[in-house]
Amino acid sequence: MPFEWFVALRYLRDARGQTLLILAAVSVGVSIIVFLTALIGGLQASLVDKTLGSQPHVTLQVPREAARALVAPSGQVAVARDVQASAQRLRSIDQWPVVMADAEREPGVLAASATVSGAGFAIRGDAKAPIVVTGIDPARFLAIIDLAKRTHAGRFDVAGGNVVIGSVLAFDLGVGVGDKLRLTTTEGVTDTVTVAGLFTVGNRAADQTWLVTSLRHAQSLYALPGGATSVDLKLADVFEAERVATRLRERTGLAVESWMGKNQELLVGLSAQRSSQWIIQFFVGVAVALGIASVLIVSVVQKAPEIGILRAVGTSSRRVLDVFLIHGGVLGLVGSLFGSALGALLAKAFEGIARDPSGAPRFPVELPASLFVQATLLATVVGVLAAVIPARRAARLDPATAIRNG
Amino acid sequence: MAEPVLSVVGAVREYGERVKTRALDGADLTVERGELVALVGPSGSGKSTLLNLVGLLDRPTAGRIVLGGVDTAGLDDRGLTALRARMLGFVFQFHHLLPAFTALENVMLPEWGDRGYASKELRERSEALLRDVGLASRVHYRTNDLSGGQQQRVAIARALVRRPALVLADEPTGNLDTASSKEVFDLMRRFNVESGTTFLVVTHDGRIADQCDRVVELVDGRVTSDRRRA
Ligand SMILES: Nc1ncnc2c1ncn2[C@@H]1O[C@H](COP(=O)(O)OP(=O)(O)O)[C@@H](O)[C@H]1O
Ligand SMILES: [Mg+2]
Repeated sequence: MPFEWFVALRYLRDARGQTLLILAAVSVGVSIIVFLTALIGGLQASLVDKTLGSQPHVTLQVPREAARALVAPSGQVAVARDVQASAQRLRSIDQWPVVMADAEREPGVLAASATVSGAGFAIRGDAKAPIVVTGIDPARFLAIIDLAKRTHAGRFDVAGGNVVIGSVLAFDLGVGVGDKLRLTTTEGVTDTVTVAGLFTVGNRAADQTWLVTSLRHAQSLYALPGGATSVDLKLADVFEAERVATRLRERTGLAVESWMGKNQELLVGLSAQRSSQWIIQFFVGVAVALGIASVLIVSVVQKAPEIGILRAVGTSSRRVLDVFLIHGGVLGLVGSLFGSALGALLAKAFEGIARDPSGAPRFPVELPASLFVQATLLATVVGVLAAVIPARRAARLDPATAIRNG
Repeated sequence: MAEPVLSVVGAVREYGERVKTRALDGADLTVERGELVALVGPSGSGKSTLLNLVGLLDRPTAGRIVLGGVDTAGLDDRGLTALRARMLGFVFQFHHLLPAFTALENVMLPEWGDRGYASKELRERSEALLRDVGLASRVHYRTNDLSGGQQQRVAIARALVRRPALVLADEPTGNLDTASSKEVFDLMRRFNVESGTTFLVVTHDGRIADQCDRVVELVDGRVTSDRRRA
């Protein structure tokens, strides 16, 4: 074993009480970091999950038509005019298969899906409800929003006059699986469909208005043969959405929106939580550093004669320095391992205490491996840094003085 | 004639900032290879100060320390540490073993701490030395569990483990009873005869000084007599 490690570990072992005490302090500090990070991470993930359960990460659409004046003013003619916003007609994205193929090649894009989406009414007997009709290619669409997983009655089937609808819409209309519905679209097209399944995504607006059918069917409902009104994307990293959207917006000239743009408030909240997490980590780090430094300073004073002998018999001051840096680093490392385990246990216990009636945890926690790696690295680096001042003091000890006073 | 192991020329060492005390006041000393030299003198005469200078633990205010032909004035801290590791062995009055380590680990320390790792050969050499000093059964004892005489024998083994040219011993028997003192000195004598190691031993004990090849006396920081045994 390298000399520095041997000496450092022997000192740690010999000062058992001191070592255990400071390890306990480091463990508590690290467990606080792990516990809070797991909790906040879990809450954030479930918030983002809920939000993205019914939204694509990025959506490409035809830009809204700007209102244009029919008569332009010129040098000779003054024009009194009243420009009114034109009604927005559904329009297809020009050459959408090309646009979709291009978007799929964008780095970080996992899946793309073209849809036709428009407004209309669903009618069943006396009941009439406004709806959002979305025509999809199931293979592609389910990769973006997994409605099949959220279909809890009937089955997910949009072929041959079948549709799936939101559970609240079904309730409002009084329909169940196998029942028929009449639709009218904004294009004036009317049709009858069969409800094959009901889904719940957890977003009230979606559950109350969505009617999902096949792309071809929607194309005919909105008189857009072969067209698509939007291309939806799923990304590997959901927080890259705004950057990807910006790049696509510049390249395609289409109206490209990210979920982040639509959920600014949520994002502000998340980032505030994250900053508070950094502040907690910082202060815990400082407390751990002070604890380790104070133990080491005492230890260096106690061991001054021994350090003098080590130096006198041929150990370089560099090695003496390393002995104490290792000492600090090991305290941080071992403390953080215990702390990580303790924090994980606390988080799991907390998750187990508060549960929904359905049995799902009310406060889901997230314990990714990266959290432990980060906490361990942080504590180890803090341990080494805390040891710098005591270690330098030890390395600078004058061997003659240390021996005389021994 | 072969080069002396050590030559001290006009060594001066002053302590204090404003009020200066001269612990050494122009001491001269030459030690030849293979000698066993006793350094005697009243308390406060500068013996430990001289040993610290020779041991490269301290630097002279004036004068030269030449070890094995190397003038130490030109060396930086790292150079001094390296020369110390290569040439010198130490035995102190309060043995100065490391209590956190076993007898064997203490003996291995000088080479281990210098090189950074412990070879199998070092371990074997250290064990052999501990057997040589009569501690075969105490190899894995912590030093606090050994008697004063045993501890000092571990210290001698530690001083010898790198086969140094010169061993410096500052009152090695100062804390021991008569029997242990004799054992410890006999050990040094034996290594001096058997392996030709040079010893410079500070002592108050007249019987020990009498058995040395040479007795150098220091008074008020100067060498006042240098007698060679007939
Ligand atoms: N570090 C020091 N600071 C000040 N004075 C010292 C120091 N070391 C030794 N001295 C003084 O130098 C003189 C010689 O001391 P020392 O070499 O220890 O003598 P000896 O070992 O012969 O008893 C003494 O007067 C002592 O007080
Ligand atoms: Mg002395």
